[in-house]
Amino acid sequence: MSISIEDVEHVAKLAKLVLTDEEKEKFRRQLSDVLDHAKRISEMDTGETEPTSHAVPIVNVFREDERRATLSNEEAVSNAPWAVDGEFKVPRII
Amino acid sequence: MDYLTTIGLEIHVELLTNSKMFCGCPADFGGDPNTKTCPVCLGHPGSLPVMNRKAVESTIRLGLSLNCDISPRSIFHRKNYFYPDMPKNYQISQYDIPLCVGGCLDVEMEGYARKVGITRVHLEEDTGKSLHVGESGRIHGADFSLENFNRAGVPLAEIVTEPDIKSPEEARAFAQLLRSTIRYIGISDGKMEEGSLRVDANISISAGEELGTKVEIKNMNSFKALQRALAYEEERQRKVLNEGGTIVQETRHWDDAAGITHPLRSKEEAFDYRYFPEPDLLPVEPEPAWIDELRESLPELPVARAGRLKSEYGLPVEMVSAIIAEKALADFYEEALKSGGDPREIAKWIAGDLAALLNEQSVDISGSPVTPAYIGELVGLITKKTISGKMAKDLLKETFSSGKSPAKIVKEKGLLQIADEDELMSMVEKVIAENPEAVEDFKNGKEQSLKFMMGQVMKMSRGKANPQITSDLIKQKLS
Ligand SMILES: [Zn+2]
Repeated sequence: MSISIEDVEHVAKLAKLVLTDEEKEKFRRQLSDVLDHAKRISEMDTGETEPTSHAVPIVNVFREDERRATLSNEEAVSNAPWAVDGEFKVPRII
Repeated sequence: MDYLTTIGLEIHVELLTNSKMFCGCPADFGGDPNTKTCPVCLGHPGSLPVMNRKAVESTIRLGLSLNCDISPRSIFHRKNYFYPDMPKNYQISQYDIPLCVGGCLDVEMEGYARKVGITRVHLEEDTGKSLHVGESGRIHGADFSLENFNRAGVPLAEIVTEPDIKSPEEARAFAQLLRSTIRYIGISDGKMEEGSLRVDANISISAGEELGTKVEIKNMNSFKALQRALAYEEERQRKVLNEGGTIVQETRHWDDAAGITHPLRSKEEAFDYRYFPEPDLLPVEPEPAWIDELRESLPELPVARAGRLKSEYGLPVEMVSAIIAEKALADFYEEALKSGGDPREIAKWIAGDLAALLNEQSVDISGSPVTPAYIGELVGLITKKTISGKMAKDLLKETFSSGKSPAKIVKEKGLLQIADEDELMSMVEKVIAENPEAVEDFKNGKEQSLKFMMGQVMKMSRGKANPQITSDLIKQKLS
């Protein structure tokens, strides 16, 4: 299964990556290989197997509706590269 | 050309909980920016979300109220997107297996009922708030944005309807009934103006059976705005089609001040959320006993209550809708009925004059100085002809401002209606003697002049004359 340069460009856009033309071609081949591998797996007969999204057989794990300690806003933004008065500052969005 | 309108709604309801959906931060509104945050809702590596039981219960109760089936197994998904209002770069939501599926809500319209299918009700987390800062103060052209994550992670239930709604009026009636329902069951305060209830709409028009291209409309902050925006959009699409154009699938923003919608962003990126199952959260498999318990916790719902008020007391649709809108108001009404007064009269006074007074003074029905018993008393005084309807209006105002019972005010002020025929007759005779022109008009068949003479008697009696007897006496005297 082969994917197109356009597919690579689309995925790169979603992942916020800027790629050179050589990189696009390289990733096109690599991603095609990955998909080919997934295709081989999907050829297996899984008719008897339950679909699963979680690996552990546990359900209904809840916490009670109680408040816990919060961070101060100084602590909240302490790891942010850009902040002002306890708010995260981000580059213009649009 | 005639077009059919098709509308579907997506409604977000902020759930009333003490803590957020997946962490123990306070879930209430306000506070200094980012003071209601922790490693979980800030998306720090290594932190783990744990579901808030109350939020799950609220969503199941909502689903039950909307006649949904509760999924025997339901899971959460990550909805990935690049926008800084979620620090994780994804929102935890539900995708193909929501908590509740396949319900309906019957909306009573004037003369018919509209059954609106509920596709699903799912649970997700709210996003943070972005403040776009720049010279223009708007998203476009902002220099930077400030992010406040106090709201990020607050539990949010999303309700999606089937495209069963056929007009802007129906959309408004549905949204109002839904709001009443969520307030009856107490899962949210449902305030559209404050954003705890947010309604987005999809609307298309078509000439035939095949549905037209749908347009999504956002930013309606009141029921009135919802109806206006849909009516505007209906007309805009009709015009485009009539001029031979085509409708573009897009999201449009309602500008309430200008009364128009305008395009926001193209919808093509919608399928790029790359949903996948949230590995940090385990599935929800509600036990039947738990669901039964939640079902039993529900009060009588607005739809059922409306049906009962209609059949038990014969109230008209519009009156029923006004009475059942708020649970406290409907409770007030049924309490007032205990006085034994006429149900229609009592409904009329509560939905009419009392509601107007409460509205005027911005008082909630629960804080009304006029008690249900006082309304019963007032209606009793009118029925017994102790006071006239006109006097009752003033009396209600006085009861409202003083908190005194109507009977007490009547006694203190001597506000008895004059029903004594001799006393009324002497006034009638005086009015007739003083107004020969009106008498002449009446004899020539002018209905207006009877009203004029009635008015004169009312004036003379300071509003206390019994209108029916007065009218009879005038006619008798002049025949
Ligand atoms: Zn938190």
